[in-house]
Amino acid sequence: MPGLATALLALIRRDARLVARHSSEVAHPVMFFVIVVALFPFGVGSDPVLLRTIGPGIIWVGALLATLLALDALFRSDFDDGTLEQMALSGHPLAVLILGKVFVHWCATGLPLLVATPLLGLFLGMSGELQLTLLAALALGTPTLSLIGSVGTALTVGIRRSGLLLTLLVLPLYVPVLIFGASVVLAADAGLPTAGHFYILGAMMVLALALAPLAASAALRISLN
Amino acid sequence: MLEARAISCVKGDRLLFEDFNLQLQRGEICQVHGGNGAGKTSLLRILCGLSLPDSGEVFWNGSSIRQDPGHLHCDLAYIGHSCGLKMDLTASENLAFSLTMQSASASASIDKAIARVGLSGSEDLLCRLLSAGQRRRVAIARLYLTRAPLWVLDEPLGAIDADGVQDIETTLDAHLAENGMVILTSHQPIHLEPTAVRAVHLRN
Repeated sequence: MPGLATALLALIRRDARLVARHSSEVAHPVMFFVIVVALFPFGVGSDPVLLRTIGPGIIWVGALLATLLALDALFRSDFDDGTLEQMALSGHPLAVLILGKVFVHWCATGLPLLVATPLLGLFLGMSGELQLTLLAALALGTPTLSLIGSVGTALTVGIRRSGLLLTLLVLPLYVPVLIFGASVVLAADAGLPTAGHFYILGAMMVLALALAPLAASAALRISLN
Repeated sequence: MLEARAISCVKGDRLLFEDFNLQLQRGEICQVHGGNGAGKTSLLRILCGLSLPDSGEVFWNGSSIRQDPGHLHCDLAYIGHSCGLKMDLTASENLAFSLTMQSASASASIDKAIARVGLSGSEDLLCRLLSAGQRRRVAIARLYLTRAPLWVLDEPLGAIDADGVQDIETTLDAHLAENGMVILTSHQPIHLEPTAVRAVHLRN
């Protein structure tokens, strides 16, 4: 279809511009992430061995909740101001446009989590090597979370105060990512091979990349109906 | 040609309309009348494929839009109840975006379109800072940028002043003269010079 690439680029540019104009709002998820993780040592005590064991899990749960917190904004404003209708009527495949939206959304909410992770790894006494493993796992896992989340958001965007419903919808699908994402660091810490974990994380991302936009586009059309 | 065959729409447990038939040929304009809540917006949304009718089917140039929505959407300009503008973008940014998004080719420059709706000088203001009428005008400016033959307009005259209404009427005339087709809802009468406005009534 001619013009699809141009339209996709225009959408990415528009969303990026909107993110830049809302920079304070965009910082919320990453602030939340840093605060949650930084509070743990106060709660469970500052025993370095304990923190090293639960550290990857804490960071993963923090990243997951921060992603969840940011999800509602993915389609909400486009739905409210009617630009989503315009996109649905543009004649371009909605799934491709959604992929563009999720990409910008991840860059604005998922990427800052990655940037903050080394700092938090330092808080929790993780070694540089483990931090790299964690970072790689998050780099594969957080896009998956955003993609899965886009389906839930698309389904619930027509409902006010849909936060709880959205959580119930997507959390079960988030659990496998969380399990493999956190355990890869523990495996690395124990000196076990980690390739298998990474393959599974990668497979989940590819699966989400292929299927989530299609599901989200069908869900959005239902929400618009 | 846009054709609706025996469509019906149910909202909740209320029947808005049933067995509704409509044929709109090139060069025709049709105004949907009806009180608040009579289903005008629902009808327009069904006609452009945003909602599905509870029964019946809509055809664009002979093909069902349920099966082939892209066929219609390439030929469609829709201005809905909400303007479809980003409040944190300027008027010209908004128009540049909708221009790139539409698959139909452009027919005028963005500056010209903004001038046509009388917003020269405000094109670099965020839409948030514009009044309701001015936002409506920005949405209307999309019509000057599109070559789409079918215009579906939901209350295009809402919040528009007398001069603006006259301007839109001239635009509709020009569009119809170019063999375009328009279906719109409005609570005020529309005066077009050569073409008669067909009226469709929805009863509560």
